[in-house]
Amino acid sequence: MNEKIVAAIVGPGNIGTDLLFKLIRHSKAVEPRYMVGVDPSSDGLARAARLGLRTSADGVDWLLAQHPRPDVVFEATSARAHAANAPRYAAAGIRAVDLTPAAVGPYVCPVVNLDVNLDAPNLNLITCGGQSTVPIVAAVSRAVEVPYAEIVASIASRSAGPGTRANIDEFTEVTARALEVVGGAKRGKAIIILNPVEPPMIMRNTVFCAIPAEAAEPGPLRDAIETSVHAMVETVRQYVPGYSLRAEPQFDAPHERWRGMARVGVFLEIRGRGDYLPNYAGNLDIITAAAARVGDLLAEHLITQREAVTAWTL
Amino acid sequence: MDAVAPNQADGAASHVRLTDSTLRDGSHAMAHQFTEEQVRAVVHALDRSNVEVIEVAHGDGLGGSSFNYGFSRVDEFDLIAAAVEEAVSAKIAVLLLPGLGTIEHLRHAHQIGASVARIATHCTEADVSVQHFGAARDLGMETVGFLMLSHRARPTELAGQARIMVDAGAQCVYVVDSAGAMVLSDAQARVQAVLAEIGSQAQVGFHGHQNLSLGVANSVLAVQGGARQIDGALCALGAGAGNAPTEVLAATFDRLGISTGVDVQRVLAAAQDVLRPMIPRMPVADRSAIVQGYAGVYSSFLLHAERASERYGVPAHEILQRVGEAGYVGGQEDMIIDIAIQLAHQRDGAPAS
Repeated sequence: MNEKIVAAIVGPGNIGTDLLFKLIRHSKAVEPRYMVGVDPSSDGLARAARLGLRTSADGVDWLLAQHPRPDVVFEATSARAHAANAPRYAAAGIRAVDLTPAAVGPYVCPVVNLDVNLDAPNLNLITCGGQSTVPIVAAVSRAVEVPYAEIVASIASRSAGPGTRANIDEFTEVTARALEVVGGAKRGKAIIILNPVEPPMIMRNTVFCAIPAEAAEPGPLRDAIETSVHAMVETVRQYVPGYSLRAEPQFDAPHERWRGMARVGVFLEIRGRGDYLPNYAGNLDIITAAAARVGDLLAEHLITQREAVTAWTL
Repeated sequence: MDAVAPNQADGAASHVRLTDSTLRDGSHAMAHQFTEEQVRAVVHALDRSNVEVIEVAHGDGLGGSSFNYGFSRVDEFDLIAAAVEEAVSAKIAVLLLPGLGTIEHLRHAHQIGASVARIATHCTEADVSVQHFGAARDLGMETVGFLMLSHRARPTELAGQARIMVDAGAQCVYVVDSAGAMVLSDAQARVQAVLAEIGSQAQVGFHGHQNLSLGVANSVLAVQGGARQIDGALCALGAGAGNAPTEVLAATFDRLGISTGVDVQRVLAAAQDVLRPMIPRMPVADRSAIVQGYAGVYSSFLLHAERASERYGVPAHEILQRVGEAGYVGGQEDMIIDIAIQLAHQRDGAPAS
């Protein structure tokens, strides 16, 4: 299958540029053809132009006037901008992959629930913490019931941009909700910590899931959780090679201090691939990697659909 | 009558406001197990001692009840509501750490009567608090900024962060010695730098810990450097070796001729007769707590390190030493478990994963 789908990246900042590098380097099915911004002096637009993309600082108006129109748009602007742009993409029949917290479309984590959302016109990629931890919560909740899941995301201060900083509540609220809706926990809680240490710390995530008491004891339930978590880590590593466990999952018996809950703790490190951003910024890498992954799977889906239509027409 | 005349402090303050954090920072030392009855008793005693502000929340602030920091025995909003009901003249303050607590939590606290919002960030990350100061001011709350682990920022850098908070709406900015790591002039230089930056636009505060036994001395130097709000906790009840004790601050300031308005005899009684009988252990500068001050580690990591020590069979002071070397900041309690696991693997000669 040599056919590719045509993609546009809207938002030529760090995230958009890293995504561009990922698509150019690693994607077999997505061709990034347009890079769109609003600032003519943007470094990101200039860089994209040097890499052979068609670029413009005239925003979405310009993009929608291009021929061919893109099959898919990756939005790496802000929640507000995406909320304004999303209806225009939809009206033009362009699929949107949203890297902002706008949540116009369903929350998507490619290894957990993309298959059921492939036909949605708009896909939201949650948050960096969500992309890192939702797979683990989903892995645990496939093995046992998870009444409560809590995640702590620690990121290097340098990797937290002004958007994240100005809207930090958005991170905690959106991530917590995704732990429930996508991860399968009955209740979710998310915490984010910015650490300024030099050299910058590599992104770390800790996932605590409340589990049934018997699942914290050696036995089949505990084995099932361990197997499920390891399998999930391997699956995520297919598109985020630097995603790894710091230690085996840690099981603890019910404790009064934890309102009588037993828990499993999973300690993750996410080292970025360094495509454009430094490798400590695993938080930024995992969301661009997820976007690229969604792009590839969406491309496969769209091309298959197209071929089916072509075959039928003939 | 005491024959010793009160000393006049250099740059004598017209008035220094004491904020008591027994029911917030002290919550760490209680593993967040305060009951409503205990909160009512402490608030009543502090209020009768004329302590002007009483902070009530989970030790890690609103929304802190969690696996990572420990679950509250009683919902913090129930405790805040009880404190509001019990206080006759004292204001009830809450703490909020952006990234953990949210504006939604703050609204809830305000709705049930909390009137002072204390917004805390790591000392170099003040810009994450901008939306929260805005929300607090919109709610009509008094605002206080809290620059945690202030020893990790140079005085001028800290002053720049205080500027961000003041511009966002903070009416006071605290130099917070979360690790009890500041040694005398460290505290004063930071207070002076912050004051030089914000001038009369906001007040400066100081929050001291006892890990190197300097909480009270640092507070005095802070006041002499221009601080007008000082934190304490009864019986020093707080994270690490505890906070500067409110009752010692009140007595010391009185001797220095610094007016706090606090009734010394009553606050001594509040500490001795009301709080002391309800606490499982008095805070103490033991080996682990001193290591925290010495290595600059966030004080509330202490109990977490002790638990990880018990769970993984590695010494708490070694865990804390590693935490200091790694530069972990407030909120990264999960890293204590991570370090304990790594230490246990090293002990057993096995790779970590």
